[in-house]
Amino acid sequence: MHFESLSDFFAMGGYGFYVWLSYGVTFALLITLTVVSVRGRRNLINQIRSKQAREQKLKEYRKGNKKDEPKA
Amino acid sequence: MWKWLHPYAKPERSYELASTLLPWFAVSSVITLLIGTIWGLAFAPVDYQQGESYRIIFIHVPAATLAMSTYMAMATAAFVGMVWQLKLSDAAAAAMAPVGAVLTAIALITGSAWGKPMWGTWWIWDARLTTELILLFIYIGIIALHNSFEDKVLAGRAAGILTLVGVINIPIIKYSVEWWNTLHQGATISKLDKPSMPTEMLIPLLINILGFALMIGALTLIRFRNEIIDRNSMRPWVRELVAQESK
Amino acid sequence: MTHSISYWKTFSNVLRRDLKVAVRNKGDIFNPLVFFVIVITLFPLGIGSDSQVLTRIAPGIIWVAALLSALLSLERLFKNDYNDGSLEQMLLSPQPLFIMVFAKVLAHWVLTGIPIIIIAPLLAVLLHLEEAAYGALIITLLLGTPILSLIGAVGVALTVGIKKGGVLLSLLVLPLYIPVLIFATGAIEAAALAMPYAGHLAIIAALLTGAITLTPFAIGAALRVSTN
Repeated sequence: MHFESLSDFFAMGGYGFYVWLSYGVTFALLITLTVVSVRGRRNLINQIRSKQAREQKLKEYRKGNKKDEPKA
Repeated sequence: MWKWLHPYAKPERSYELASTLLPWFAVSSVITLLIGTIWGLAFAPVDYQQGESYRIIFIHVPAATLAMSTYMAMATAAFVGMVWQLKLSDAAAAAMAPVGAVLTAIALITGSAWGKPMWGTWWIWDARLTTELILLFIYIGIIALHNSFEDKVLAGRAAGILTLVGVINIPIIKYSVEWWNTLHQGATISKLDKPSMPTEMLIPLLINILGFALMIGALTLIRFRNEIIDRNSMRPWVRELVAQESK
Repeated sequence: MTHSISYWKTFSNVLRRDLKVAVRNKGDIFNPLVFFVIVITLFPLGIGSDSQVLTRIAPGIIWVAALLSALLSLERLFKNDYNDGSLEQMLLSPQPLFIMVFAKVLAHWVLTGIPIIIIAPLLAVLLHLEEAAYGALIITLLLGTPILSLIGAVGVALTVGIKKGGVLLSLLVLPLYIPVLIFATGAIEAAALAMPYAGHLAIIAALLTGAITLTPFAIGAALRVSTN
């Protein structure tokens, strides 16, 4: 370990603000991109599912109409 | 070789391949990044000129070099997509663009956070920072163009053309900015330049470069899978996938 | 074969047609030019009338204004043809697209580049440009503005099918204009200091040659995507 104490480690020889800012921003951005990308997949799947559900409903509705027609 | 590669032109197979590779990339990137970062922050020796502020190098350099490499990878994918009309290749290029843009942004932000203690200002029209800034603009342009097409296939092709136009221009821009920089401010000594680096610093740097590369791979795979699903949403296999997912 | 029109004939037909269309809508020629003049007059108003400062920044102002006014006029290059369907006709015709695209870009340059080149020295007077730099100003504009039209045409070809392509166009095209801007202003500054600037001109000429050979292919490919 290069640093004597934990507070030394956080101080970074007086450059703490810049060092931690850089690391913080870097990992924040990387994590944000990961979250956005993973969530993108879920959104896509939800979209496709609702689209399918709509198609299914439409199909059933048409079927139902055909059955009803001869009676009416 | 082509016979071996051929099945992967099918979206389904590529999706499967991406899914098998993804966990490996994700886990190994997190591990390497953790090792490299902790080593660089806590164990690497201090730089006698710059003090502790040099530790930004362990993220700045990987981000800056890989931002350019990601563009090259994207351009290669766009080129393949253009020449062999491979839609999957366009999808891969589209998946890489936001990853590259984020890396470029990281390189810019860490560069200026490093510049503040070293140069005394947040921003300096240093040749490398300026080139990174222009690279970011080009990335943003590609992403914006891709997003403004409704049809994903057309979007991929249009973005591919722009990527290839950009790849010819990037060396020219880089050269012209360097030339411009030496003309206007010859006095700037780039302190980010280090002729040689002690091994104790080089090893964590190399580890972090590897970690960033694996991270790019993992993020690209995640986005690539999204692109495939988006482009094939009417196919039966995607329907099956969606049905499985909802359970 | 019935469609055995020579390449030259194709080229001159497209060129003549575009020029004729532009002459009939005179606003298309004058508006970018007026924009160019107004932008340049805004700078002294914003910065102050100190002639030394103006002399320093004159090359940059003139070139940035030229970039912006080129950008403003770009959309016209393919937009009307796209809207009335003649662009699609052009893509379907048996003549090589390369030649027709090149003729269209040349027409655009004649209509927007040349007026700028003519009026730029007058505006340079307003900005107190160094007298030695006038030659360099005109030569850089002469070599540089065709590059703006060529690169810009790639951007327009990519965005012509998009409804709100205007802002996007500037996002795509402006970063690619940077090398021209750097070398052109570099040449003018060198000339103002009575230093040789042939090297800068050679680089701009190289950029122009590269743009002439490569961009028509990119424009053609982009038009095929946009008209799909």
